[in-house]
This record gives sequence, C-alpha cells and structure tokens, in this order.
Amino acid sequence: MSNEHNKDNEIKLMKGNEAVAHAAIRCGCDGYFGYPITPQSEIMETLMELEPWKTTGMVVLQAESETASINMVYGAAGCGKKAMTSSSSPGVSLMQEGISYLAGAELPCVIVNVMRGGPGLGTIQPSQADYFQTVKGGGHGDYKMITLAPASVQEMADHTVMAFDLAFKYRTPTMVLADGIIGQMMEKVVLPPYKPRWTEEEIKKNTPWATLGKPADRKPNVINSLRLEAIDMEKLNLTLQARYREIEKNEVLFEEFDCDDAEYIIVAFGVIARICQKVVELGRAEGIKVGLIRPITLFPFPTEKLKKHAERVKGMLSVEMSAGQMVEDVRLAVNGKVPVEFYGRMGGIVPSPDEVLHALKEKLIKA
Amino acid sequence: MNISEIINPANLVYEKPNVMNDTPMHYCPGCSHGVVHKLIGEIIGDMNMQDKTIAIAPVGCAVFAYQYLDIDWQQAAHGRAPALATAVKRLLPDRLVFTYQGDGDLAAIGTAETIHACNRGENIAIIFINNGIYGMTGGQMAPTTLLGMKSSTSPNGREVPTAGHPLNMTNLLAQLKGVCYVTRQAVHTVAAVKKTKKAIQKAFENSMQNKGTSIVEVVSTCSSGWKMTPADSNDWMVENMFPEFPMGDLKNE
Repeated sequence: MSNEHNKDNEIKLMKGNEAVAHAAIRCGCDGYFGYPITPQSEIMETLMELEPWKTTGMVVLQAESETASINMVYGAAGCGKKAMTSSSSPGVSLMQEGISYLAGAELPCVIVNVMRGGPGLGTIQPSQADYFQTVKGGGHGDYKMITLAPASVQEMADHTVMAFDLAFKYRTPTMVLADGIIGQMMEKVVLPPYKPRWTEEEIKKNTPWATLGKPADRKPNVINSLRLEAIDMEKLNLTLQARYREIEKNEVLFEEFDCDDAEYIIVAFGVIARICQKVVELGRAEGIKVGLIRPITLFPFPTEKLKKHAERVKGMLSVEMSAGQMVEDVRLAVNGKVPVEFYGRMGGIVPSPDEVLHALKEKLIKA
Repeated sequence: MNISEIINPANLVYEKPNVMNDTPMHYCPGCSHGVVHKLIGEIIGDMNMQDKTIAIAPVGCAVFAYQYLDIDWQQAAHGRAPALATAVKRLLPDRLVFTYQGDGDLAAIGTAETIHACNRGENIAIIFINNGIYGMTGGQMAPTTLLGMKSSTSPNGREVPTAGHPLNMTNLLAQLKGVCYVTRQAVHTVAAVKKTKKAIQKAFENSMQNKGTSIVEVVSTCSSGWKMTPADSNDWMVENMFPEFPMGDLKNE
C-alpha cells in the first residue's frame, strides 16, 4: 500500500464516485464487478487506477454487461466474499434479475446506483426516479433491499462501508442509491480506515453457508433460490419477511432539520435534501415555520417518525427528482392525517431552492 | 461365488462414486445427465478434490444437479453460470470450478456470458450437455435443434427461414484464444463413456493448472423430448446429431 493511502483522517477532495472506490478497498471488499455507464464510470476507473489486487488482493473485473456483473457478484457472494457492483439506472434495470436471485439465495452484496434520468436510455443528468425500482423491488418476487441514500461525498464513502455491514448482518443485497450529482460532485471527505479482507478462516466462521469446497465434516453448501414445493417456497418467503421486519425495527436512519417547531415539513432524500436545507433557511427568513426530514435509509423508511410529526404539523411536501415516488411512502406513513403534497422535476432537471419554496407556499400554505 | 463373496468389497468391480449420494435422480430413463453426473463424481473422487470443488448448476433439467453430488454448489440464473464461475475462480484460484450447462442455458440465453468467460480465458471447466432440445420446459426448440427436427415450438420441424441454422457453439468457442481445450464427446457406449471421462478429467486438470477455459460438449439424448425409446434415441443421435456435431477434440493446447 502506498503511503498516500495510509494517512487516516486526512481530508481529501474527490468525486462521490471516487470515494466509493476508495471506501470499497478500505473496508475489505473482495471483488468489484462492473460495466461502464455514465455518470458512475469513475468508480471502476478509480479502482483500476488504484490496483487494489496488488495491495489488499481485491479483484476488480470489467464484465461484458451489467447482467454478467451482478451474476459475478452472486458467485463471489456465494463464497462468503464481500462483493459489489455499481451502475446507473439503465444498467441497474438489467441487474434486476440478478438482484432477485441474490435476495432469494439470501446473499449479501452491495450495489451502487448513481441514478440518471429515464425512462429508456434517458439522459445522463441526475434523477431519483429509481426509487420505486429500488425500494419496492424491481425484480420479481417478494423481496426488499436495504437502501441507503447518500447526500454527500462523505456519505458515498461511509454508506459503502455501512452497506457491507448491513448486507452481511441480514444476508441481503444492499443498495447505495445515489444520483448523478452526488456521484460527480467534488467535496471534502475523510476516507474510512483500512480493514483487512477476511481470511478464509474468518469467512468460514462468519458465513458458514459459503461455498468454499465441502470438507469431510459438513454437508454440501448449496447457494440456491429454487424451492419447487410451494410450502418450501412460502417458508423461504416467511424467513425473508421476518428479516425485513427486523430491518424495519433496527435500521431506520434519518436526519431532521428544524422540525421541533415546524408547521410544515419537507421530506427529501439525497442531494435534494441538501437543496431543501436551503429552502428551510429561505422559508424561515420569511417567517414560515418549515422543517426538513431526510430519510437516510429508504428501506427501511422512517415511517414512525413521519407519523409522529403528522400529529402536529399542518402539511408535508415530498420533493424529489421524479414524478413523485417517495411521496407514496410519506402518504402511507401519514395515513391521511395531514395533506401531503409533491413537488418534483424530471428528466435530469434539478429544482432550485426558490422553486421549491414557491411550491411549498402554493401547494400547502395558500391552500 | 456365494452372496457373501459377491458383496465382499475386495471383489467389487464397480461401485457408486463416494461423491455421489443416494438421492433418486429425477432424470428420465435413457437421459445422458445421469451418466455424466456419475463421471463427474468419479473424477472428483479420483482427483481427491471434494473439498476443493465449487460447481455451478444451470437452469434446465440439470437445475437439480446439486441434489446428487456431495460437493458445494451454486445454482445460477438461466445462462449466467460462467459469470458466477468467473467470480468464484478469481476469488478462490486454488479451487476446481466448473459449470454444468445445457444447450438452452449455454448457447441461447447465456451466449454472452459463455463467450466472454471463454474469451477472458477464465480457468474454469464448462460441461456442456447438448441434446438439441429444452427438456425441462417440455421439449421446445433449442439453438442446437437440428434442421427438420420436431419440437413443441417447431412442430413441423426446424426450418431455416424462420429459425435459422443449428448453432455450433463449441466450434465458435474453439476460435477464442482464452480457450485451451475443446472436445466433443458422447456417453452412448461404454467406449464413449470412457472417453468422456478422460475428457472431463483433462478439463478439470486444466482448471487446476490455470491453463485457460476448457469446454467438454457431451452430445446427449433426450428420450422424452425426442419421443423415442432410450435405445432408439442413441441410434438417432449417432445418425443425426453426430454429422452436425462431430465427435473429437477441436482444440487441445
């Protein structure tokens, strides 16, 4: 390892995508498998530049497609290895089959989606329109994915590390759901400390289900999502659902700004939450008592927190770079207690603080 | 020879490989899968590799391969076995890693994964069962279905204008520089079974010696899909499949 990478706690300036690559190496990731797509190609480029196979032994492989990448992740994860991939919206659509298989086979892995505008080939500009795909399960079958929504370059690094911990804690694929701004913008970041990759003995201890070769003293390990008997398939589903309830109980993360006395609450995630912090500032300067809740985990969603706020606020506004996706979860949480309105821009357009403030006044305060 | 002499292990001339368990196979009578499974079990036992083998099962009739051989398995999405095997072997380079795939899995839906794993020269073995039909889903046309051959999706026989020619995937893979060994075998006679065993053993040894990708195509029968008796299937295979998919080594480096 070069000295440059050993100076912990040093503040660096880099892109969100680069931070993901550095964090992956530092947290003991065993394998990255990816396919180029804008606006996240710097993740694999940075890894290829850093050559971690020479230092930590991490494998970095450019696959022939996102379909191959996610299935390479499946193969690696099946061996108890810390495996990850990254892509942007169209590529993540291609991965949905693999993600469903990973969920069904109870395999931990990390997927980073640096969202861009869709549908179709869409645009390379930022978007949050993959919320449904991510949080509601874009692949087939009843599964959920833990979803972290970074709002800064620092969180791109931190969430990469956290995603691995959660993935292995619950044996589930975990997504870091960023967008083109977070991936591309440069900010200061303190990279996480180096953790060694797991040794084979540690893998055997931590993931006794891993396929490493069957020794004489155990039965074969089989990584599999197939259950031909309906009763067995339901049993697997019940196991998964019980795990999702545990995740909902234990892992909700969110951030609040000026919510204590707020009459109106904005709900926004990722980079839009940064913009909405400014909206809160502008609104308060005009005497509007507005606060902000930023869900950090999108699944599990901060339902209870929103429910509590709904007891006393006058209304909520969900602000997203989409046609309105998270707003449905806000409405479910609030359950009709107060009006929940939506404001968003699509196709890669980022709303300005002024237009959000205007929407807040038009949709909630004047109404 | 009385019964106690017959069952004396010293007098045994043939036994089930240790790597194989007693689970009754779901394969139809006359199907080639059972024989190939047994060969793989024998070879892993002979090579003493049970604790060092990770196998990748496909989607297709062999989806349940993991039920019959006592080794570690990963069951792949349809066609993706070579992608799984790539990652497994890269992360565990001292292991024996092989995929077991049918013609629909390897030559249709998994074409990209197969070609690119081979082109990268991944140090894996690919066992390719080619019976020219989708057995598991009930006998539909496969990329390797012969011209004129009837299936549930080519009820009047495969025709070039609508379905194109049979895809000879093994010939195609032999062109790739990352591939070190390509052979086409069958298991319809004792002699053929012996040759196939040697071929699979060589492919496994290549994987362990990190020589590149090895492909063993086993031209196989599907009595149920072909709607023939097992004996007739063997004859039909020799007469019709072998001219399109000739036996022998295509590459041996």
